[in-house]
Amino acid sequence: MQLSFKKGRLHAGPKPLPGKLSELREGEAGILDRIELPEAVSQRLMELGFIPGTSVTAAQSAPGGDPRVFRVDGTEIALRRETALHLILKR
Amino acid sequence: MGPSFPPPAAKPNSRHTVALVGPPNAGKTTLFNRLTGLRQKVANFPGVTVEQHTGRAKISAQRDVFLIDLPGIYSLKPCSEDERVTHDVVMGTMPGTSKPDAVLLILDATNLTRHLTLAVPILSLNLPTLVILNMADDLRSRGGEVDPAALAAQLGAPVALISASTGEGVEKIFQFLEGTAAADHRRSEPLLQLPVLQTVPRCRQWAMQAGRGSSYQAPAHSAWTRRLDAVFLHPVAGPLVFLLVVIAVFQTIFTGAKPLMDGVQNLVTSSGALIANVLPESIFRSLLIDGIWKGVGSVIVFLPQILLLFLFIGVLEDSGYLARAALIADRSMRRVGLQGKSFIPLLSAYACAVPAILATRTIENKRDRIATIMIAPFMTCSARLPVYTLLIAAFIEDRPLLGGFLGMRATTMLGLYLLGFLAAFGTARLLKSSVLKSEQTPFLLEMPPYRWPTLRSLGLRLYDRAKVFLHRAGTVILVVAVVLWALGSLPLENGKPPAIENSIVGTIGKTVEPLIAPLGFNWKIGVGLITSIAAREVIVGTLGTLYGMDSNTQSVGLQQALQKDLTPGAAVALLIFFAFAMQCMSTIAVVRRETGGWSWPVAQFAYMTFLAYLGGFIANHVMSGAGPSALALFR
Ligand SMILES: Nc1nc2c(ncn2[C@@H]2O[C@H](COP(=O)(O)OP(=O)(O)O)[C@@H](O)[C@H]2O)c(=O)[nH]1
Repeated sequence: MQLSFKKGRLHAGPKPLPGKLSELREGEAGILDRIELPEAVSQRLMELGFIPGTSVTAAQSAPGGDPRVFRVDGTEIALRRETALHLILKR
Repeated sequence: MGPSFPPPAAKPNSRHTVALVGPPNAGKTTLFNRLTGLRQKVANFPGVTVEQHTGRAKISAQRDVFLIDLPGIYSLKPCSEDERVTHDVVMGTMPGTSKPDAVLLILDATNLTRHLTLAVPILSLNLPTLVILNMADDLRSRGGEVDPAALAAQLGAPVALISASTGEGVEKIFQFLEGTAAADHRRSEPLLQLPVLQTVPRCRQWAMQAGRGSSYQAPAHSAWTRRLDAVFLHPVAGPLVFLLVVIAVFQTIFTGAKPLMDGVQNLVTSSGALIANVLPESIFRSLLIDGIWKGVGSVIVFLPQILLLFLFIGVLEDSGYLARAALIADRSMRRVGLQGKSFIPLLSAYACAVPAILATRTIENKRDRIATIMIAPFMTCSARLPVYTLLIAAFIEDRPLLGGFLGMRATTMLGLYLLGFLAAFGTARLLKSSVLKSEQTPFLLEMPPYRWPTLRSLGLRLYDRAKVFLHRAGTVILVVAVVLWALGSLPLENGKPPAIENSIVGTIGKTVEPLIAPLGFNWKIGVGLITSIAAREVIVGTLGTLYGMDSNTQSVGLQQALQKDLTPGAAVALLIFFAFAMQCMSTIAVVRRETGGWSWPVAQFAYMTFLAYLGGFIANHVMSGAGPSALALFR
């Protein structure tokens, strides 16, 4: 699996916060670490391909940047920012 | 309703039932249509709001197989209603539906890993199962591949690589159906070790292995989809295209449908005249011509328009653009508390609220779904068009506006559309900030690749719609026309029909007249309002019948008759009344079915009628009080 992290500089702090899916800009990718949402919602997200350990790429968005399309596992799924906020990426 | 086939106990071996299962967008509908052709039925599963599509597939001269198309699902966990129905049917616990003898599991071959996760719960049911990998044509053209034989070995179940839209490989399905129908070879032992813990990641892992074991090569991303999305989801071009599409829909149904509608109108009129010439003057001729022909004919005229709109929606949906439209619309829909998925049903509501309400099933959140159902009947459905067209033609002079770009009539029509739109969104806001307030549900929308819509699938949709519409014209509207004619021709005075105001219908109309007088309506309109609770367009037929039977207005057309009989204020009040009122039995029935009780449809009917009355009242009073300058616009 290929990784392409956001070009983030490591800060001096000991534990940099993990990035969120909502922080990806168009064309950027990240590896999903966990979904911090209620069971029923995360179940549905996993069925659609958002499984921890999978690479997710941000694609186009609706005008204004929200909702955004994400490429995961060969398909494209649109999520609102408020949902993508709870999909945490591996750091 | 319920299934209309004989109970399975009668002849145990005669009916062989096969269930079609698969994730959404795998091509289930396409395959179902290909296997059954027009031999299909739509009903509801008992007790739930999920539709049951059943049909027969002919596998030989004597043998039919009974197919059940189940709702699209991602897993067998009974979370949503759709999933519960599929779960219950395949487990054999759905009342009225016998446990299927075999399963056709249809998966999208271009998306195999994700779709194969559904194979785990389905194969562990231990029913004879054919795993169908659909979209072979798409897989190949995008450079993907898979070895069905190797996958079959991995799954312990036969695998067929097919294309439902081109028909490639469909004979393998018939072979399977023939095989299962001939011998009842239920698998006794599961042939493969399926993951016991059915968590999604475990199933996915297993699916990836199975994919690798059958040399699955995922296809490249569709280059066309990328290219088209670069335009359709472009920050500037995207909304422009969106706007153009919406305008094109309206242009087509208003301008494009005109010649076709005129053609049908001519056909109805000339055939009516022909019959009138042949038959001798009698009460029967009066029933046939004044009752049935005029009443039903005035409604049939709208068939071309309805079909054109469904053609448009069909093209948008099958091509994949509708999902992009939902994405673009999400932001605006969120303002009133709804979501992008409500956009599709609401756009369909411009054709008819009934399919729109059925289309709300894609909205997982129950409160969003009810809110969408509640506002859908405000959208200007095509059944309002006969009423609008008639009144606008009779009362609004067609002066050019904006330098001839728009006429006064078109502007009035657009105004009525706007009115319905504003009422819908005002109501949504009201509902979502009160009784239907909910936390924002996650908006999950799959973007299918763009595809060419096929003529076959579009044709079937239109056939379906035409059937439903004509069925209604042939039943509800026919009955209303005949009953009205009878009420208008009785009681006989000296063996002859009475003057219309002395007839039964005249009495009814006059009884409600005081109630509607503040809106400027007379008793004939009152009768029309009552009969049009059956369906909005019925009022046109009713008025046609009433004025046709009135000796004072018999000789003139309906438009002239109305011009003599209504003030401009009352005409505008009537337009506004119809913009708001929920005059449609089918909608009431479908809302009851979809919300699972009477409380929502009753509240909706009361609310919409109240708005209609209030709007009509205000319009009538403003128009009557308006100076001559405003009245000059009207004849
Ligand atoms: N290229 C291709 N497209 C297909 C095939 N089967 C279905 N489709 C298209 O895939 C889309 C979804 O199909 P549909 O039957 O509505 O899927 P359902 O949601 O499972 O009922 C439609 O646009 C179909 O025209 C196929 O074999 N090849």
